[in-house]
Amino acid sequence: MADANALQALGAAIAEAAGAVVEEVFVERGAELVVRARRDQIVPFMEMLRDDPRFAFEQVMDICGMDWPERAERFEVVYNLLSLALNQRLRVIVSTDEATPVPSLIHVWPAATWYEREAWDMYGIVFEGQPDLRRLLTDYGFEGHPLRKDFPLTGHVQVRYDETRKQVVNEPVTLTQDFRSFDFLSPWEGMTTLPGDEKVHQIRSERGQIEGPQS
Amino acid sequence: MSGSDSNAIAWNREALPPGAAQDSVVRGITGEIEEKGFVIANLDKVVNWARTGSLWPMTFGLACCAVPMIHAYMARYDLDRFGIIPRGSPRQSDVMIVAGTLTNKMAPALRKVYDQMSEPRWVISMGSCANGGGYYHYSYSVVRGCDRVVPVDVYVPGCPPTAEALVYGILQLQKKIRRTGTILRG
Repeated sequence: MADANALQALGAAIAEAAGAVVEEVFVERGAELVVRARRDQIVPFMEMLRDDPRFAFEQVMDICGMDWPERAERFEVVYNLLSLALNQRLRVIVSTDEATPVPSLIHVWPAATWYEREAWDMYGIVFEGQPDLRRLLTDYGFEGHPLRKDFPLTGHVQVRYDETRKQVVNEPVTLTQDFRSFDFLSPWEGMTTLPGDEKVHQIRSERGQIEGPQS
Repeated sequence: MSGSDSNAIAWNREALPPGAAQDSVVRGITGEIEEKGFVIANLDKVVNWARTGSLWPMTFGLACCAVPMIHAYMARYDLDRFGIIPRGSPRQSDVMIVAGTLTNKMAPALRKVYDQMSEPRWVISMGSCANGGGYYHYSYSVVRGCDRVVPVDVYVPGCPPTAEALVYGILQLQKKIRRTGTILRG
């Protein structure tokens, strides 16, 4: 686990070098450095993170999306960066909505293409400057973005082999039994301390490593 | 081996043990060939014997169920004993083992591979996901059972089924072929 003070110092150095691009720097769980950045300046910011020898984040490990339907800008794009040279990691978060494109990082890290295609596929986040913004995972001709919170669990279509047309066809979903959640009486719901784990939980809460309800 | 023969359960119950009874059958057949020049046998039974003894599976390992399927092929359970040799090509296969989650995107490919298999052909559905969607039954991207796409002969339950369960499923398929198999087409 990385030292929290070292991460704080790294975050301060990044904030100073980047200037107004960085909106917020914080260390999550005492071990993960997170930077919130402005969307429009993300490409030069990432180039600086990659090229500056103090940061040297040569690799983008992952780009993913998040959906917060209650926010004005409902989507977040999360970039997880890794520096092998300096053995450090960084998470950069920008926010956007359905209509506003995020600048593509394809010219910073060519590996970003598949991640951006996946974020487009799953959330409908548009990446400006990405020349190959096709769907990556879902079916050919799929409609909708399945990881959005307002996408129905079961989707809209199901497939079946049609004996007369001699091909696999799409048709509207019909369920013989609707999805039911049986968890509302579960004793595990909302429980943050599992039985037998109380001591570990107490130590963590004394260190301030636990968020949410303390039980 | 000879000492334990009486305790062993023969998978072919019609097999005769070596001895006088077997010798008399063999002598009878050779006698018929010498006298008449041909043998009359039940052709359906011969064909079914050949089919059950060389079920070549098209391996369709789609997810984690492929791991117990591979275990069944490997030395411990050794499906080669039953004449079961995994094939990489649908043209050479008799049975398709659908091992794993069948997604909507994969369904046309699965059907295409099934269509390429030559008759007679059988399908074994292995594991909860292939049987009925399993854990992903309510997912937007998973077929709720591979029998929506291909006709299934044997369902092997489990998540995943053990290698023994798959071997048992294959033996059930052999039994089905022995009972219902015919040389007629279609």
